[in-house]
Amino acid sequence: MASVTNNLMKFFRSSSNQPDPAAPPQKLSRRSSGIGEIARVLNSQEGLCVLDVGATSATNIRFFTGHGHKNYSEDLLRASLDPELRTQDAAGNAISDSKKFLNENLVYPNGQFDIVLCWNLPDYMEESLVKPTIDRLWSVMKPGGLLLAFFHTRDAGPDSTCFRYHVNGTDVLEMQEVKFALPGRPSTEKQSPRLQRVFNNRHIENLFRDFASIKFFLARDNIREVLVVR
Amino acid sequence: MDATPTKELATLGKSVMIKGELSGSEDLYIDGQVEGTIDLKNFSLTVGPNGKVKANINAKAIVILGKVDGSLTASDRLDLRKSAIVTGDVTTQRIAIEEGAFLKGKVDIQKGSST
Repeated sequence: MASVTNNLMKFFRSSSNQPDPAAPPQKLSRRSSGIGEIARVLNSQEGLCVLDVGATSATNIRFFTGHGHKNYSEDLLRASLDPELRTQDAAGNAISDSKKFLNENLVYPNGQFDIVLCWNLPDYMEESLVKPTIDRLWSVMKPGGLLLAFFHTRDAGPDSTCFRYHVNGTDVLEMQEVKFALPGRPSTEKQSPRLQRVFNNRHIENLFRDFASIKFFLARDNIREVLVVR
Repeated sequence: MDATPTKELATLGKSVMIKGELSGSEDLYIDGQVEGTIDLKNFSLTVGPNGKVKANINAKAIVILGKVDGSLTASDRLDLRKSAIVTGDVTTQRIAIEEGAFLKGKVDIQKGSST
């Protein structure tokens, strides 16, 4: 268990100088052009199928279901940290098993979802899982469906906070810092996920190359928002 | 809020394991392991922090602090505390989810007659 925990430590920020882990995370807010466009669709249509792959949010569930949409919730970042996914590649490097991950997660019929909220998942997920996950999302989305993802720009440091996002139907998102308990550690010892990499525009275009179109919004807080049409 | 049993209710302690169909007409607190189905209709179910339930659950109110694998139908409310790990589809009138709770599945909020 100790070696698994050590392997997983690279996904978490150092716990030094951290605030009291028992304190509830403070809510912040940010303006988002991407969620503004999604909100216009959600507010003007009914019966859409929405997949939220961020940290579970009661606010989002209430908003989607309150507007007559079907809501599916699946916290993929947390699921990706399952120690049972750890394996080795041909060179002996520790990686996560993408095949096993996708056997257990994102198991839906093809073409089910109108909207996918990916948030900042690709920035914090292990490299070996990112492309297979985006490919699976392509499969489970309807043609013409929308996917929203956030990417940090080069100016963001490795300790950039990983957030849970709350939708309220406008172009403003509420955010709370996400913290997880490490496997084998007490649930009171929670840590924040660590930024794994920074994608440039070309990487992002490659990641979504099977999608029909891609639109970038550059925000002031070192975040590049990406709205993709399946 | 304290979720440990304090009033009259049936309790399955953490050393108890049950496989099969579980039904009743009183509130139930499960801190052990249950596999099968749980049907409490007009009563409430609490799965304690040590509880591990693999079952489809039907109750008036459901409070989860432990691990549940199965579909949940709460005719009144579902309450997922911060230690909850739920994998399965959820149908309820009202839902509360604490920061830290894990939910994987479809959520269907049904607007029934208000109480």
